[in-house]
Amino acid sequence: MLGTFSKLKKPILETLIAILIGFIGGAVLMIIFRYDPITAYVALFQGTLLSVDGIFESLANAVPLMLTGLTFAIGVRSGYFNVGAEGQAYIGAMGAVVLAGSISLPPGIHVLATTLFAMIVGALWSLPVSALKAWRGVHEVVSTIMLNWIALYLVRYLIEYYYYEPGRAERALPALPTARYDVIGASLTTFIFVAIGFIVLTYFILWRTTLGYELRLTGSNPEAARYVGVNYVKIVFLNFFIGGLAAGLAGASQVIGRPPAWTIYKTLGNVINLGFNGIGVALIGRNHPFGIIFSSIFLGILLYGSRFMQYLGVDPDLTVAINGIIVLSLSLPELYSIIRKHIVGGR
Amino acid sequence: MKISRKLRFLIIGFPSFIMFLCLLSVLGVEPIHILETTFMAMTPLMLAAVGESINERSGVVNIGLEGIFLITAVTGVYYAEVTGSGLGGILIGGALVGALIGFFFGFISSYGKAVQVIAGMGLNLVGLGLVPFMMMAFWAFPGIHIFDPDLKIGTLNIQIGKEIFRLSPITIFAVAITIFLHILLYRTLIGLRIQAAGERPEALDVAGINVNLTRVLASTLCGSLTGIGGAFMPLGWFGGLVKEITAGRGFIALAAAVFSGLDPILAAVSSFIFGFSEGLAFTIMITPTIKEVIPHYFINMIPYIVTIIALAIVGSKRFPKALGKPYIRE
Repeated sequence: MLGTFSKLKKPILETLIAILIGFIGGAVLMIIFRYDPITAYVALFQGTLLSVDGIFESLANAVPLMLTGLTFAIGVRSGYFNVGAEGQAYIGAMGAVVLAGSISLPPGIHVLATTLFAMIVGALWSLPVSALKAWRGVHEVVSTIMLNWIALYLVRYLIEYYYYEPGRAERALPALPTARYDVIGASLTTFIFVAIGFIVLTYFILWRTTLGYELRLTGSNPEAARYVGVNYVKIVFLNFFIGGLAAGLAGASQVIGRPPAWTIYKTLGNVINLGFNGIGVALIGRNHPFGIIFSSIFLGILLYGSRFMQYLGVDPDLTVAINGIIVLSLSLPELYSIIRKHIVGGR
Repeated sequence: MKISRKLRFLIIGFPSFIMFLCLLSVLGVEPIHILETTFMAMTPLMLAAVGESINERSGVVNIGLEGIFLITAVTGVYYAEVTGSGLGGILIGGALVGALIGFFFGFISSYGKAVQVIAGMGLNLVGLGLVPFMMMAFWAFPGIHIFDPDLKIGTLNIQIGKEIFRLSPITIFAVAITIFLHILLYRTLIGLRIQAAGERPEALDVAGINVNLTRVLASTLCGSLTGIGGAFMPLGWFGGLVKEITAGRGFIALAAAVFSGLDPILAAVSSFIFGFSEGLAFTIMITPTIKEVIPHYFINMIPYIVTIIALAIVGSKRFPKALGKPYIRE
């Protein structure tokens, strides 16, 4: 037990330093633009951590993030830089709207069918990325971002022309009651158990199966993977497909697992940036499924808390910038040792 | 060999392009309008793509172009208002702010040994969050800002037949800097050093040239050019600022650099192709016979689809050996 701790000590400290730099960076930005960072941060944490509803809301915010974070993490573990969770979440949310809002099915089956359908359409949206990568060598960063934009316009089109809510054209058809997950409290639903279940399942696939071993070997040592005969095309398709399943599920969470709207808006306001914030979640969670659960809760707190900063005039998207600063800090492998050498004065 | 291939490309490409324009004008689309928008859309792409080509040649891959575009679009407008001139906005809010970001990125990538794709994505996230935050802080209004039309950079109006073709001076600058950097990269000692920093950094080090400094300078140049492109979007093209103004163009520019195999002239040509897809989309959207038939959502997809198809056709290219790897002296 002590051995595990000392092994984990360095990454945990590194992550905490990065988070601290993120907060300092956010504070500097607030000072530059003449806001009071202390009041803002106090408001952020008071609103989230000091009330039951605040904790529920933070967890509700964490649910889609742990899934989009998982998408990015599986990519990194397999050696790919998958930033397609954004678009795949739009498509998953749209898939959920189609099945949950416009088709009636018996209770129980409806929830299950919608969940699975959203995952599958999310994963299908990743197929062009895999095909372009496997057979044409197209870099996944460019292809995924292009597909994110195509997904955005496709979903807006589908909402405007086919799936708008009559009388409220600014949003899509809400999920029928039979397709909704049960509310636990505030806007947290039992969907969180589905998300955690999916993460645990992914952990088992990655660390307890041959397939998962091949994925991780390709990520950590591509030459060795090639030498032992791992099928490159299979790995490409598999990692983006699992990522797509997770991202599709993240999209669905906003439709069938998130009151009070139970749907998406035509602006996609409640799905936008889920994928990009997931990158931060994955990196803070060290690209490990269980780390991601914790980091998504951390970012969920920040995102929900940002609305309390908004009362002070600070734009809530500052949290995205803080997330970005944390990611920048985490990109520096020697940050920890530099700080230890120069500031703490250790050996 | 290299030049003849480029020439062949032009000999086949140019007439077919003209034929395509004629075909479009039969459909009721105005070719002058397409070309005008093409040159506008091409400008930020070209600046960023050429900058990124030089940057990647030196061994630094910056996928944070979108983040630089985002930040400089806002700071460009802000400094245009502060200085009272559009050019002031381009120079301070665009070139200078962009250079600072590029310097920072180059610094953490070389001296800080950062994992560059992760740092680049971090930069994009910072941009994504900073834009609405800065817009709120500067103008106390979320997501949209319309500035004084006098701040917009003027255009050169060229008479073609009855039509007037408007060309931005920044476009001319972009083309000029492309040619300059092309010569710099292939015909001068500085260019040779930049290439060596990406191909064989240890050889450059042995020759007594500072590898990390070379990379920082290349990255600063890339940031500065991208910054001009970012400030150009509101100040030289749209005449207004919305928080989604860049619309993924940073990644299209990245695609243009990759697409061209990091050759500045080819990167400029690819920027023209991608710019044309945008010009086409913008023009179709306002063409009476077409806009009723095809929903504008699909027309909006054109530039992204063209980018994917272009990359699929070209496939993978050869990149500098030390691309993305921090230089560690052994």
